[in-house]
Amino acid sequence: MSYAAGTLDEGFSLVAATHISMCDECRARLESFEAVGGALVDECEVIELSGHALDATFALIDAMPEAPDAPWVEKTSKDSVFPSPLQEYVGGDLDKVKWRSIGSGVMQAVLKTEGPGKVRLLSIPGGTAMPDHGHRGLELTMVLKGAFEDEDGYFARGDVEVANEDLHHTPVAVAGEDCICLAATDAPLRFKGLVPRIAQPFIGI
Amino acid sequence: MSMDIVIEDGAVPERTAEYVATVMASSSESYGPKDNDAFVAMVAAIRDNKDRRAFAALFRHFAPRVKAFLMKSGANEGLAEECTQEVMATLWTKAHMFDPSRASVSTWVFTIARNRKIDALRRMKRPEPEDLPWGPEAEPDQADAMSLKQESEKLAEAIADLPEKQRELIQAAYFGDLSHAQIAEATGLPLGTIKSRIRLALERLRHAMG
Repeated sequence: MSYAAGTLDEGFSLVAATHISMCDECRARLESFEAVGGALVDECEVIELSGHALDATFALIDAMPEAPDAPWVEKTSKDSVFPSPLQEYVGGDLDKVKWRSIGSGVMQAVLKTEGPGKVRLLSIPGGTAMPDHGHRGLELTMVLKGAFEDEDGYFARGDVEVANEDLHHTPVAVAGEDCICLAATDAPLRFKGLVPRIAQPFIGI
Repeated sequence: MSMDIVIEDGAVPERTAEYVATVMASSSESYGPKDNDAFVAMVAAIRDNKDRRAFAALFRHFAPRVKAFLMKSGANEGLAEECTQEVMATLWTKAHMFDPSRASVSTWVFTIARNRKIDALRRMKRPEPEDLPWGPEAEPDQADAMSLKQESEKLAEAIADLPEKQRELIQAAYFGDLSHAQIAEATGLPLGTIKSRIRLALERLRHAMG
């Protein structure tokens, strides 16, 4: 709902947009939340514009080039791993990600966003566990490839795990292919073990 | 006032233009949420005929609402005025993208204004979901448009019927550009109360939409 209202952090918005690209049920929910916004616009108060506003708008329209929506980026193909909103941030599909190793075969790539939150791609080899950690804020983790399991359940492509202060978990990538996730947080994670806590400032989690 | 004229599927441009003229002649003052048909015809007239009179009519109805929405979101008068003009100009250039079977014109205007607000006030990008691939039929389904119209009317009634406090919170969440935590701070209500009232309100709306 916050995504529909436009009040969500950029990182969380990216997870929402990526998920909605793959989930029709959530797209329908988004559209119904937007309909609420539309209905509120209908009945909200009005603030009159200046007298010349309409003319100014026509001037804007006349100044705009014809057919402005030509370079609509080519549709992502069926077999791409990343839906288009994510591709815009990465600059392409999975093969364009600039990974950085953060140990135990785990790699990450931090995506550039505004605001206090952080959003990153993680690649976890099948069968590998992420360090046990808790949360100071909200963490949204969406699976793009492979799957992971934790105390909360089993998450596969398209699934989103919502973790908050109450959840302390140890995600384990399910054996087999690497698990690629998109994870957005609004506050640093809280690791249990000493080693990850020391490493935290260096890897920026 | 409400319009009872229904546009036939695939109305030819002349007919649409004529219809828009009738609508505009019949009322220069105000439209209500039930006038989506009239708005849809105006958007079509802009798309097909670059009809400036239709645009002016849409402008009169929506621009003051968009401006109010932007000012509630924290824009000052000057910025709100400027952004409103840009939002309305976007309606003109994107008229061909509007799909009346998926959203009412009000909802469409809301999404454009919301995206402009994010750009201008928060200076960040808004990631948009991938567009749905279009089905075999290029023309929007008339039956879908009709059921959407009925649902929009029901929704407007349901919102009007919400208890005052729930309606205020829903409005704050949409227009105030506030997170639930910020609403809690502003109203002095505990976060749990805010969340449950918003959930209750959305639940009621869903129930009303049956």
